[in-house]
Amino acid sequence: MTHGPYYEPPRPAAPEPVPEWLKGEGEASDVVLSSRVRLARNLAGVLFAPKSSKRDRQRSLEVCRDRILTCGIADRVAWEELHEAPSLKRALLVERHLISKQLSRGRQGPMGVADDPRGVAYSLPDERLAIMVNEEDHLRIQGIRSGLALVAAWREVDAADDRIEAGVDYAFSPRFGYLTACPTNVGTGVRMSAMLHLPALRLTGDIEKVKRAANDMNLAVRGFYGEGSEAVGDLYQISNQTTFGRTEKSILQALESEILPRVIEYERIARRELLAKRRIPLEDQAWRAWGTLTNARLLTTEEAMQGLSMIRLGLLAGVLPTRDAASDLRIVNLLWLLVQPAHLQKVAGREMDQEQRRVARASLLRQRLFRG
Amino acid sequence: MRNGVRIERHLCETHAAEHGIAVQPAGKIGELIKQHVSALTQAAQAKGNVCPTCRLTFAEFKQHGLLGCAECYRIFEGQISPLIERAHEGGVKHVGKTPRRVSCEIDESARAKAELAARAERLSRIRVELETAVRAEQYEKAAKLRDELRRLAEGPGRGDV
Repeated sequence: MTHGPYYEPPRPAAPEPVPEWLKGEGEASDVVLSSRVRLARNLAGVLFAPKSSKRDRQRSLEVCRDRILTCGIADRVAWEELHEAPSLKRALLVERHLISKQLSRGRQGPMGVADDPRGVAYSLPDERLAIMVNEEDHLRIQGIRSGLALVAAWREVDAADDRIEAGVDYAFSPRFGYLTACPTNVGTGVRMSAMLHLPALRLTGDIEKVKRAANDMNLAVRGFYGEGSEAVGDLYQISNQTTFGRTEKSILQALESEILPRVIEYERIARRELLAKRRIPLEDQAWRAWGTLTNARLLTTEEAMQGLSMIRLGLLAGVLPTRDAASDLRIVNLLWLLVQPAHLQKVAGREMDQEQRRVARASLLRQRLFRG
Repeated sequence: MRNGVRIERHLCETHAAEHGIAVQPAGKIGELIKQHVSALTQAAQAKGNVCPTCRLTFAEFKQHGLLGCAECYRIFEGQISPLIERAHEGGVKHVGKTPRRVSCEIDESARAKAELAARAERLSRIRVELETAVRAEQYEKAAKLRDELRRLAEGPGRGDV
């Protein structure tokens, strides 16, 4: 990104560890932020987590943890016991897409606190692999990569699943496959998704067509934080809903070779059309976002993410000047994460209320967007 | 009339019924009996509708959408099968990955058969869709379906990728 007209603020001391999925690399990374595959698995001979007692969940947690940490799923693995983790730590993990909001909350205990035994293991330093324990199912194994890379994510998850399974018995039936607490996940237990940046389709209004077409094909379209979340920053998650009666391979092929390439092409065409037919309005949107994010003193998460979306589109369409597009795109990707509430507080090294976060968010963006 | 003597009796509905005499609102009684029997059946069904392992009732499942344990899939198989089929585009049998530990117990030929059956079913469904699309002159959709048909007709789809 070009330098600001009048000053360059100090650079931050050390770069934050960037999860692999935000690196902005891989195939079709102009549209696909990340690809994710997750498997749902349950231990045999134990009640599913939502129905079991606290003592049983503690036992399942220990069985899963011991297996995960000794079966060599990655060179370095971090383990968090979430019932002991402070809420800020849990929020950070949610923002990094390592755990779900549901796992962060946990099941309410008798004292009204989230003392429900549950945990997460994740690979370091790339955070490509994450395994949630005692969410809706005993195990939720997730692989996440940047760009369109479902095959790589699937291979990693499949291998981790094999390693874990070599030491524990899974709940499985020949007819229904891997048994899950919710029958919508039964069979393969696999959910494959891509996080797509679709600003041009939103601007042209064609995003509604994409949503309808996806629904017709039995796919789910969700927001940045998965189930039940709204699309912010023009980021949409498209995933399979059918998990039973099909092989993992056919689910993977349908998404990676048929559906996603079409959506990606659709977004690219919309970007080209905006540039050809509505260049000034497009420039206006991008420069307004740039102006806001580099000058505002108070910013909400939504406003920041939306502004970053327009700046990203402006960079990719070539209407915002840049000396190194790849590096600038990486900065935008990272900022999407850093403007989140828990990350802001982590960077600041202290807890902040909403008003303080708005100040800190605006300040962070003014600094980072002026970096050369 | 019995032995030429006329006997007159005044009976309540219950006793009349005991003597095999149809009482006025016969339809109403029939209805009551029906209701009673169906209530009994429902109670019996409800009794059978508790998972012995986790004590989940089918009513609870309908309310929350979550099963309590692996055994629930066996106990409620009759009720959940159509739901699962509907939620998964007509899927009737698992054809994906299997845990190595149990794969030896699974009849591989049954699995192959199931896969073939699933593919045949899908093929015929797509053919119907294709025909409909052509008739409706939705050529773009038809072309898509034809590609899918071609792809399906090629090699087997196994769990390994």
